[in-house]
Amino acid sequence: MRERFPDLVFHPLPGALPATRVETTPTQLVTLCRSVREAGGRLVTLWGEDLRDEGLGFRLCVALDANDALILAELRLSADNPVFPDLSGTFPSADRLQRAVRDLVGLRAIGGDARPWLRHGAWPTDVFPLRRDAPASSPAAPAEYAFVRVEGDGVHEIPVGPVHAGIIEPGHFRFSVVGEKVLRLEERLGYTHKGIEKRSEGLTATDGARLVARVCGDSTAAYAWAYAMAVESATGTTPSPRALQLRAVLLERERLANHLGDLGALGNDAGFAFGLAQFSRLKEDLLRANAAVWGQRYPMDAIVPGGVRGDVDADAARMLTANLDAIALELARLREIYDNHAGLQDRFLDAGRVSPELASQLGMVGLCARASGSTRDWRNARPVFPYTHDACATVTRSQGDVAARVAVRFDEAVASIALCRGWLAALPAGDLSVPLGTLGADALGVGGVEGWRGPVFVAVRLDAAGRIRRCHPHDPSWHNWPALEHAIIDNIVPDFPLINKSFNLSYSGHDL
Amino acid sequence: MNDILFGGFQALLAIAAAPLLLGWVDQCRAWLQNRRGAGVLQPYRVLRKLMRKDAVIAHGASPLFRAAPYVQFGAMCLAAAIIPVVSITAPLAAAADTIALVGLFALARVFIALAAMDIGTAFGSLGARREMLIGFLSEPALLMVFFTASLICQSTLLPTIVGTLAHRELVIYPSLAFAGVAFTMVLLAENARIPIDNPATHLELTMIHEAMVLEYSARHLALIEWASALKLMNFTAIGLALFVPWGLTAAAAGPQGLAVGIVTTSLKLASAGVALALIETVSAKLRIFRAPEFLATAFLLAVLGLLVHQLLGS
Repeated sequence: MRERFPDLVFHPLPGALPATRVETTPTQLVTLCRSVREAGGRLVTLWGEDLRDEGLGFRLCVALDANDALILAELRLSADNPVFPDLSGTFPSADRLQRAVRDLVGLRAIGGDARPWLRHGAWPTDVFPLRRDAPASSPAAPAEYAFVRVEGDGVHEIPVGPVHAGIIEPGHFRFSVVGEKVLRLEERLGYTHKGIEKRSEGLTATDGARLVARVCGDSTAAYAWAYAMAVESATGTTPSPRALQLRAVLLERERLANHLGDLGALGNDAGFAFGLAQFSRLKEDLLRANAAVWGQRYPMDAIVPGGVRGDVDADAARMLTANLDAIALELARLREIYDNHAGLQDRFLDAGRVSPELASQLGMVGLCARASGSTRDWRNARPVFPYTHDACATVTRSQGDVAARVAVRFDEAVASIALCRGWLAALPAGDLSVPLGTLGADALGVGGVEGWRGPVFVAVRLDAAGRIRRCHPHDPSWHNWPALEHAIIDNIVPDFPLINKSFNLSYSGHDL
Repeated sequence: MNDILFGGFQALLAIAAAPLLLGWVDQCRAWLQNRRGAGVLQPYRVLRKLMRKDAVIAHGASPLFRAAPYVQFGAMCLAAAIIPVVSITAPLAAAADTIALVGLFALARVFIALAAMDIGTAFGSLGARREMLIGFLSEPALLMVFFTASLICQSTLLPTIVGTLAHRELVIYPSLAFAGVAFTMVLLAENARIPIDNPATHLELTMIHEAMVLEYSARHLALIEWASALKLMNFTAIGLALFVPWGLTAAAAGPQGLAVGIVTTSLKLASAGVALALIETVSAKLRIFRAPEFLATAFLLAVLGLLVHQLLGS
């Protein structure tokens, strides 16, 4: 990138994740995005900051996943007219991110979709919660949301949610159908918006870890590690190899737990309750082992900035390994049952297909992208210790249907077990936790790891006292939710739950 | 007089025991999935819970919506009085034959489908549409099964059919074997079981029967649940009466004969429950557009049974 943009000044950021920050003008931002896109890179996230109290107006930050490094492009916006060029033409998934930035910080993309995204009328249109001068509370201002209408003979709409018949997270799905065939699906999310970014303001780095670990319960290790990495990057801290290896064990166990749960749920959604019972049992064994070692089934406070909390001694390591061995054995047998079950395969095959071309065009990430031909995995593409030493096999399928997403889950579960066993057998010595270093000048830090859904990214800016000024956690679901709208087209309505489950995207992590 | 008492008792028995059969099937499914299960009495607990609750009814609901559960439950009770469950003598057997029985099931279906569309939610219409798709395919198959048996016995009255079949010597009738497979398939489809529908699902978009009754609560829902259990009981009893008719008593056999009839019927129902649970455990749910293929196969098998009987005379 440096060669292509001689007029831009790239400042490398310290930390485990190779990243550079660069200040741009609107035109430069657009060309930078385009060239990243043309080189096969993608958008990670974008967020806004209110710097008016420092006399700097607003700032839009765009994190780009270029091939050589992560680029943090920063765009200064004026205090009275904060507008920026629409990036959704280059990165389709930027559309909802831009709408969220407008709802929360009031930075507007010129052109693009004018409808709100996270604002559901809980605050008025002229209030922006993430601005420094936002009132602590504001009156509700409910408004109609204009769904895109599909016209035609026999077309009708099926509104589903946000309250569902089962106990699942809230999201609204608007289907336009002819008979049972889906012509269009439009999602509306934001029902679990909790204001986590606002809540993080002013917290200490340690309290921030507790908050970010709770953004999305099923990805707590990924969020906690990404956050810890960001704080360590801002403070120039390097945790010990032992701590890093234990973090990786936690991350891979989290991946395994979720894959087991999903595989069971996918069987159940196809009417094969036997699968749910068996996989739930395996997942439960795994979670109980977690509880025995870390004191929490989903270890939410195990990863802290500077290291980890709670050691794994030789006995615990043996117990965890035995648990993994038992799971590996049963996983292989259950896979055989799934693969040989004609009825199940009939439901899985060809349902909810996302072609590799479409996946790369939409900028899909993580597990779902790898089921559609992508090989991108931050564990290999942006490795941090211990992934730098033990490369994980990249799992990929090109069919892009439910069956492919099931196969990727099976393969990744097997790979995670192998990685965990290796790490548990050879835990290096070292401190569990090291004190955080001193703050840099403009203490910005970024961190990111490949969670089970895809890359989880966290950016943190600390003030002089070491308190959080702005924290932006980003869930990979942002990029895959739009792909779900495409996956369902031309499928039938009753197949949607199965297809949706095969994506299993986050509501809580997306809505923040 | 004795006949009527005898028959009335058996109908009441069937109505009372219907949730037990459902509980048994669910329990067997749980065991087959290595789960502990909620026990065979769970459906009764659900009914008690629902009966105690206050009913909530949609603002736009018409009287049809309130009436439908009673119509459905009534139709199923009437059917229970036509079908020989324990004894060959059913109280209203002479009043209605197998064709009327199919009509009775259709009546219940039409009312519940109308009620589902009555409140105007998307899911109600979705479920009603799918239910009608299943219904119009399963009814002809069911009629064909009955016709096969009727041709063998020269009557469409169930007691006559069962009486004739029970007193024939024990050999395998190819026509009845075809009809038996067809009937099992119809039973699965009509009772919203896997592979056509999933009675345990919480996914509103995949539901058929459940989607129609989503808006019901309390006593209305209890009646619908009970009627569904009774429908399963009725279908199982029809299947047992047609294809394993032995052990049914006649009114003349007295209380002792009745006891024997109850024991044999219970055993047969329990085995049928195990078989049903087994089928449901090993299969996945079909894509909804495979359901017509499934029911067309059932129809084809029933017609084959009919043809085999005409050609071979057996």
